[in-house]
Order: sequence, then C-alpha cells, then structure tokens
Amino acid sequence: MKQLLVFIRKEFYHVFRDRRTLLIMFGLPVAQILLFGYALTSEVKNADIVISDQAKDANTAKIISKIKSSSYFIVHEEQLAGPAIDAAFKKGTIKCVLIFPPRFGDDLRHDGKASVQIIADGSDPNTAKTLVNYLSMIMLNYQQDLAGGGGAPIGIIPELRMLYNPEDNGSLNFIPGVIALIFMIVCATLTSVSVVREKELGTMEILLVSPFHPMMVLIAKAIPYLVLSLVNFTFILILSVGFLDIEVKGSLLLLFAESTLFIITCLSVGLLISNIASSQQAAMLISMMGMMLPTLLLTGFMYPLENMPLVLQVISNVVPSRWYYLIVKAVMLKGLGFSAVWRETLVLAGMTVGLLSLALLKFKTRLE
Amino acid sequence: MDAVVLDGITKTYADGKILAVDHVSLTVKRGELFGLIGPDGAGKTSIFRILTTLLLADKGTASVQGLHVVKDYRQIRKILGYMPGKFSLYQDLTVHENLTFFATLFDTTIEENYDIIRDIYEQLKPFSDRRAGKLSGGMKQKLALCCALIHKPEVLFLDEPTTGVDVVSRREFWDILARLKSMGITILVSTPYMDEAGLCERIALIQAGSIMQIDTPDNIIHSYPVRLYAAKSANIYGLLKDMRDNASVESCFAFGEYLHLTLKEDSGHAVTELEAFAQQKGHTGIAVKEISPGIEDTFIRLMNQKSQ
Repeated sequence: MKQLLVFIRKEFYHVFRDRRTLLIMFGLPVAQILLFGYALTSEVKNADIVISDQAKDANTAKIISKIKSSSYFIVHEEQLAGPAIDAAFKKGTIKCVLIFPPRFGDDLRHDGKASVQIIADGSDPNTAKTLVNYLSMIMLNYQQDLAGGGGAPIGIIPELRMLYNPEDNGSLNFIPGVIALIFMIVCATLTSVSVVREKELGTMEILLVSPFHPMMVLIAKAIPYLVLSLVNFTFILILSVGFLDIEVKGSLLLLFAESTLFIITCLSVGLLISNIASSQQAAMLISMMGMMLPTLLLTGFMYPLENMPLVLQVISNVVPSRWYYLIVKAVMLKGLGFSAVWRETLVLAGMTVGLLSLALLKFKTRLE
Repeated sequence: MDAVVLDGITKTYADGKILAVDHVSLTVKRGELFGLIGPDGAGKTSIFRILTTLLLADKGTASVQGLHVVKDYRQIRKILGYMPGKFSLYQDLTVHENLTFFATLFDTTIEENYDIIRDIYEQLKPFSDRRAGKLSGGMKQKLALCCALIHKPEVLFLDEPTTGVDVVSRREFWDILARLKSMGITILVSTPYMDEAGLCERIALIQAGSIMQIDTPDNIIHSYPVRLYAAKSANIYGLLKDMRDNASVESCFAFGEYLHLTLKEDSGHAVTELEAFAQQKGHTGIAVKEISPGIEDTFIRLMNQKSQ
C-alpha cells in the first residue's frame, strides 16, 4: 500500500514538472470548450446578404428592418442585376441575395400575394438551407403581422418550442461531446504515453525487476490521471455554467459518478495502447487516430448518427464515448435520473471491465 | 551453492534470425566479483536480461541464488539489484526523490540500509535536491548504483556501468565495487573495457554470443601460448602493413603507439629479426621488445582462432 502511494506521488511529480503534459491536461480543455462553445458552432450567424429592393415601399421596408434586427444577417442594400449577382457569388463575398420585385407592395395589396426571389450559395448546402429557412421564417412572421391587422385568413401557425434548450443555445449540444472528447484525449493519450515513456527511458526494466507487482505499475499509473481528470471535469463544468450559460439540470452526483466510470474506460484504453506501442510517438498516434477520430465522428455530437449508413451506426456502438454522450445529455441537459440511463451505464461498465481486464492481462511482466 | 548458474543458454531475436547468445554456460560463486568482458553486441546485455528475469531464453536453464529464472521470477526480483546499461532513473525527480522511490518500491527505507550506500551517497548528498537529469555522468552512475543497492540485494547485476564515464569516476566506481564485494554481495559486471577485466576476480571473455574463456585474469594472461612482441617506428601505419606482409609474422595489431606481434615460428632471436626486417623496409625510429600479454591480446587471439 505504501509502495502504491509513493508510486502515485511520483506520477504527480511527473505531471506537474512537465509543461507539455500540464498543457494537454489543463490547457486543452479550456481551448476546446471555448472553441466549440463560441467559435465552432453549426449555427449560421452574421451572413452577408444583399437585399435588392426594387419596390421601396412600406412592406419591403418593414421586412428589411426585421431582417436587419436578427443577428443572422449583415445586410447590404444594393441594386444588383443578374451578372453582378453572379460575380459577387463567385468572389464569395456574399452568401445570399434577396430581391423584391418593383411591384411587391402593390401585388400584396391587390392580389393578396407577392413573390420575392432568394438566391443562395448552393456550394455550401447547409448554410444555404439554413439561410433560406431564416428568411422564410421572417417572411412568415411578417405575414402573420399583416394578418393580425386585417381580416385573418385561415392558416396553420406553427408554434415552435425548443425543448431542454428554450434559448436555442448552440453550445448545448456540443458540451457533452466535448467533455467525452477531452477525457479520451487526456486519459487515453496521457496514460499510454506515460507508461511508454518508462519503457523508452529504461525505467520499466528497473520497475519490473522489483518486488512491486507488475499490475500495480498500471494501476499506479492510472490513479493520478483519474484524479486529475475529475478535477478537469469540475473545471469544465464551471466553465460551461459560467461562460456558456449551460445549466446542469440533473443530479451532480450522478453526473460525477458516470464521468468517473467513463474516465476509467478511457484509462483502460490508454493502458491497452501502452501495451502495444513501443514509443511515445506511436502511443500518441494510436490514441489520437484510434480514439479521437471515432469520438469525433461516431459519437453523434458533430454529425447525427441517424443519418449515417447502417454500417457506421453499428460500428458506433463500440465507441465508448457514444454511450457516455447519451448519458451526459440525459443527465446534464434533460435532468433525467439514473433510471433513464441505466442501460447506457451498463454498456459502458461492461466495456470498461472488458478493456481493463484485457489491459491488465496483456501487460508484460517481461520485456518481450 | 553458486550464486549464478547458466547452463546452455541460447537466445535469438527476430524469430531466430539473429543469434544473440549461443549456448552459454557459466557459474558465479557466492561473493564473487565476476566480469563479463566483450565488445558491443557480444550478447552481454541479453545474458543480463535473462538473469534478471526480463527475457526468456530460447534454450537452456539459469538460476540465481538457486532460484529458477522462469519459475521463481517473483522471488528473484526481490533479491537482486540491477543497473541497466542505459541511465535509467527519473530525470525529472531529484536525487533524494529517486532514492526514496526505489527504497519504498523494495519495501525498505534509506535509513534501514544506509550502511551499504553510505560511502557513495555521502558524495551525492550536496546534490540531493538536484534533478537527476542535471547530474554529471559519474554522479548519475553513482545514483543509479545507490538505487540498485538500497534494498541490500544478494546479487548485483551491473550492465556496462562504466561506459561513457570519465577515467576518474571509473576508477572510483571499481573501488566501490571492491568494497561491496567485501560486504558479501555477489557482483556480476559487464564491460567492453579490457583494462577493467583485471579488477575482477574471474572473467568470461565473450564474443558474438559465445564464451571463449572463463578464468581469473592472471590465468587468462598466463595461458597466452606464444611470445608477444611490441614494435614501433616513425611510420606506424606503414610498419603495420609491412609486418602483415611479412611471411613469418602470425598476427599483427595496432595497440596505441605500438604494434603487437606474434610469430609463426619463434627462433629465439625474434627481436633482432624484426628490427632487421623493419630496417630493410626503410623504417626509421625503430623499437622492438618482448612484452607480457594483456587481456586484450588474449581476447584478439581467441577471437581470431574462433573465426578461422
């Protein structure tokens, strides 16, 4: 027991005396949270739109002011004709063009309907679709205003409500995914590198030729990273609540318990990698390619799993972060209890037991 | 009972393509200072790793203090001290932290076995708060030795402890080994430096994975079967070429400022014959004398016999 404690203390020395490790440990999460929270959102904001208003009447003025007041667009009012529109799109300076025909207001008054032209840059279909949607919503909204004034024509007015995310906060969906990603990087990469470093330095030879049980080497390696990752997790939660206006709806205790389980999963992966890799670079590469990519792609926080081919959906089942992502979403964002996530927890626990036993069994008590 | 026994140990790498250790058998007596002498790549490290339970041999058996290196590896790991060839301590930990760590790992304390490391550790004390990575080469070696000794091992394995260490530190290191031996610790040490062979009680000359001779350094030197001559001239390289072309010369090697020579048939007037030959070839500043052979002469002779 005393041996284990001294070993763990030694590991803490390694972490706190190595600037690179510290940076990955604590710098990376902050950078990731801020990046995903502020910069890398799938929302489209501040898109450049050219509005060519050939009608210049009260109706168009109102619609334009509605567009201006939304945070989605930066409005440029210009009279653009066919070729100029083409050129502007080719240059890539604009994302979208809205053209009001000369008799827009009159048509609306007399015929009760009028048309506008929306041209969007289809080379970026997602953005184009989103922008067109925004514009349609604004038009619809204006129509409702009009209808509210006069005799109301019968129509279906959808009332939208974003459940669990009333303010339509885009960082919400990312945070659980980013947390999973960070654990994968920090735990899997750092643990595997720290074991392989001992091999590279030759200290593993001395550790093996000692009465200390070889398996304890692995356990002693993992515990400091478990502790540090929990500290990290607290830190991420504080950041999310403080800066990204995310509310932890469910039990904090459950969230920590589930996170501890996932951290142990990641540590097991790291230990398993350290058995295979013979150099620090190899360990780094395997954990980055083997862990980070699947976490990014197959967890569901960047690309919806439902849209993927069946093969990838099946493969995603073996990615541990996928299950953790579901758990965090349920507990943190929806405020659900253990009864809602016990299945995911069970899967994750099963994976952890499997990975950990494999890592311990595979650990070589000799050099080859 | 002998401290270390190797019986027909063979070790190959890369699926048998590289033969590292070839049927090596040797015994080290209790309390002996035994040297494994050979150049880089001779198989010394492989033998050490087999004995320290880090590698499994392909063939043969080995034991340390009567314990089988494969079956009883857990017990062996408790009683041996091992210092690998590469400096293998934590560079980012201080001298004191390293020593405390290894002491605890072996379930002991620095104080408990302080008498063993006192002489060495006293020299390290002024640097006890310095990171191991910032120590000089000799100091690193002493720290590594302290860490290998801290649990009072019964057998000490030192793999090339003096490689890359300055002359003064090397001498000190061998003084330390002599003191450890007097405490009753069995020591198996390897070195590529032939001049260190004489400091061991018994040595094994090893080359290309197999042992050429095992004996005391004195016996090995005395077993040299022919007379050995040293020759030099102003143009040592020219002399080497001429001597090798000389039909009566059996072997000729450069040793520092002299060439060491043996003759195929020694008439008893070899010194004058060799001088005359050198003069005839137009050399100046010629000096020829008979010398007593050293370990290196024996080594080269055995190596040549083996390759023929």
